[in-house]
Amino acid sequence: MTEKKPGWKEYPLAAVISKPGSCTYHNTGDWKTMRPVRDDSKCDKCGFCWIICPDAALFMGEDGYYEVDLYHCKGCGICAHECKKSAIRMIPEEH
Amino acid sequence: MPQEKQHPGFIPRLISPRELFAEGNRGCQGCGEALAIRQILKAAGPDTIVCSATGCVEIISSPYPETAWRVPWIHVAFENAAAVASGVEAAIKILKKRGRYHDRKINIIALAGDGGTADIGLQALSGAFERRHDFTYICTDNEAYMNTGIQRSSATPYGASTTTSPAGKESIGQTTPKKDMPMIAAAHDIPYVATCCPSYPMDLLAKAAKAFNTEGPSYLHVLSPCPTGWRHESHLTVEIGRLAVETGVFPLYEIIEGRLKMNVVMEKRKPVKEYLKHQGRFRHLGPDEIEEIQRIVDEKYVRLLRRAEFDRSLER
Amino acid sequence: MGIRTGMEVSIAISEAVKLSRAEVIAAYPITPQTHIVEELARMVADGELDAKFIMVESEHSAMSACIGAAAAGARSFTATAAQGLALMHEMLYIASGLRLPVVMAVANRAMSAPLSIWGDHSDIMAERDSGWIQLFAETGQDAFDLTIQAFRIAEDERVSLPVVVNIDGFTLSHVIEPLEIESQEDVDRFLPPFKPVIQLDPDKPISIGPVGFPEIYTEIKKQQNVALVESYKVIREIWNEFRDMFGREYHPVESYRTEDAEILIHIAGSTAGTARIAVDMLREKGEKVGLIRTRLWRPYPFEDMKKAVAGVKAVAAVDRCLSFGGQGGPMCSELKSAMYNLEEKPFIAGFIAGLGGRDITIEDFFTIVKETKKMLEEGGGGEEYRMIGVRE
Ligand SMILES: Cc1ncc(C[n+]2csc(CCOP(=O)(O)OP(=O)(O)O)c2C)c(N)n1
Ligand code: SF4
Ligand SMILES: [Mg+2]
Repeated sequence: MTEKKPGWKEYPLAAVISKPGSCTYHNTGDWKTMRPVRDDSKCDKCGFCWIICPDAALFMGEDGYYEVDLYHCKGCGICAHECKKSAIRMIPEEH
Repeated sequence: MPQEKQHPGFIPRLISPRELFAEGNRGCQGCGEALAIRQILKAAGPDTIVCSATGCVEIISSPYPETAWRVPWIHVAFENAAAVASGVEAAIKILKKRGRYHDRKINIIALAGDGGTADIGLQALSGAFERRHDFTYICTDNEAYMNTGIQRSSATPYGASTTTSPAGKESIGQTTPKKDMPMIAAAHDIPYVATCCPSYPMDLLAKAAKAFNTEGPSYLHVLSPCPTGWRHESHLTVEIGRLAVETGVFPLYEIIEGRLKMNVVMEKRKPVKEYLKHQGRFRHLGPDEIEEIQRIVDEKYVRLLRRAEFDRSLER
Repeated sequence: MGIRTGMEVSIAISEAVKLSRAEVIAAYPITPQTHIVEELARMVADGELDAKFIMVESEHSAMSACIGAAAAGARSFTATAAQGLALMHEMLYIASGLRLPVVMAVANRAMSAPLSIWGDHSDIMAERDSGWIQLFAETGQDAFDLTIQAFRIAEDERVSLPVVVNIDGFTLSHVIEPLEIESQEDVDRFLPPFKPVIQLDPDKPISIGPVGFPEIYTEIKKQQNVALVESYKVIREIWNEFRDMFGREYHPVESYRTEDAEILIHIAGSTAGTARIAVDMLREKGEKVGLIRTRLWRPYPFEDMKKAVAGVKAVAAVDRCLSFGGQGGPMCSELKSAMYNLEEKPFIAGFIAGLGGRDITIEDFFTIVKETKKMLEEGGGGEEYRMIGVRE
């Protein structure tokens, strides 16, 4: 069944978006052809990968390692390239 | 100063974990502008209003019903981010006075690309600076009109090939040197001007914080590598920004109350070739043109050093 | 209680803006509007008006700043004319598209080239379709009242649209007229503080002005148009309330000596004063002539207009604007198309007069009526429109 599209009365005034950060639902993760994997033995938890990710796709896990949010990671490879310890590698994405 | 590279003691714990520019935005893989904004908003915090110009940032962040913004945001048009911010600033001042707005300090940001700043938005920018509105103007400079498909702007550097300054048999691409936007901003005698690049996040965050804490207008010029327009591999965004600094192509400095300070003085700058070689937009250049670029960069760099030296002498 | 006084109309508009407690004023000088903003600047400088006055570097920025200010929740005002209005063009569509209740006075002036600082309606007619509520003043009192009403209309949450008040450059903006300046207390009662519907607020972060794909654009425009069309009811409601409070009446289409009239002159703006005298003189001669005046130009008052012309033989529609290569005057064209599908409709003769500050005299109105009668006798044909007073 196709979804009924909203009528003009159902849109907010001037198409204002009142849900902050609503794009978080957008799966940009499926753009990637390569994905980052971390080698814990090399990572010193410096966090550079986190602060230079254009997509906020890394977050600090409980143990201090930076985890990749694969739903949003576009696979640009910056983190792997920038990691001083070479703790991140890009491997082909399996779809 | 590129401490981030040198010291493993980089402390992300000091930086806000809040992502005010959301994941899931439509920036290209490795977009330098998205990265710059993400970092800047960490310095700005939630009590911030962003007035965006039309351009990549606006497009990638707001395809209805998706927004990347977790701070209040308004986009009006291409050439008037500074004028819109002027109105927002004036409104908040008077509303606060009349007790009709939060009493907290609100950072007001006007945000535009190099086209929205150095070309079509220059007049509005100049007017807002001259009127001394209390706001921060941020130019994310990717050195061309990327949103509309990589056309030249006045911030496109000498020798770069774009779709409207294409390299060809009779042309080397852009034939004019890059407009010196930060210096134009500084010529308004505003209290704070800085150049920065997300490849140096700690430097950028510190400068953004200074800009937001400045009373009166402040200007941040943010070099934002663009894999799509510069034709470099997406994993090189941060590297290329760093090379721009290390070669002197994009010197990092601040001008505080008129005094220029170099934030990083390279003992030995890398040759510009190191910077150019990764980028498709410069691939057509021969040794003569590269030499010319080196000459332009050297001259500008030396001039900056002299100015910094002179300004320092004034302090004594 | 208000006070009755004589005042330059531009100054009266500034008084109205002050009494409306405008919060942000962003404007740029251009003749013949300048007295309005000079006076507002003076009021702010003298502490009579507690507002932020932004002396912007262009009209484009004036409207941009008003948009920003309104989005932040402030009552915003600007004024301009001709080239300045044209420079704002892009922003006018955005103000209405973003549903921000900015109020603007336009001292109507001819468009260059050749450069003319004098009055006609070509500036505002170029903005006809920009989505603004558009009102025309005939007198100084109109200008004062409409300015206060404009804020009330614009900010009504059923409306949320910008409003422009048109006053004829020089012939209205620069004349001294007797008028009633209402008291602050009464204006406050009529016009409560602005409660923004859309507001930039860090406690409730919204995104204003997103990208609208083809998937939604039509729906958003439909929504905007419905708001504009339906603002008609709100405007009438507010006019009734205004009448009850201040005793002055406003109507979308205003009529003068139209009972039993066979020919109606149609016009907008201050020239109606001259037309009125012409009508009186013609009536004295026994001619069945009346006058109708468009006060509300957008949303167009179709029903009022149909009612106003019902039963007459002809309308002489006078425009102070020329639509080059088209049907002549935009107001005449609108009137014609409003009548087109009616079974019984008057003959409509178009006239262009008063371009670039050229006076429209009583004799001109005599000529207009005479020519209309002649065309009517000839079976209602002839040119689409005639230019009055043009030298061969
Ligand atoms: C008045 C006007 N002219 C042209 C455009 C088309 N336009 C939109 S964005 C843009 C280029 C933006 O370039 P820049 O400011 O450098 O931002 P970027 O996309 O590179 O981030 C152009 C030409 C427009 N929207 N408005
Ligand atoms: S074109 Fe460039 S600036 Fe625009 S979104 Fe892509 S990478 Fe970012
Ligand atoms: Mg650009």
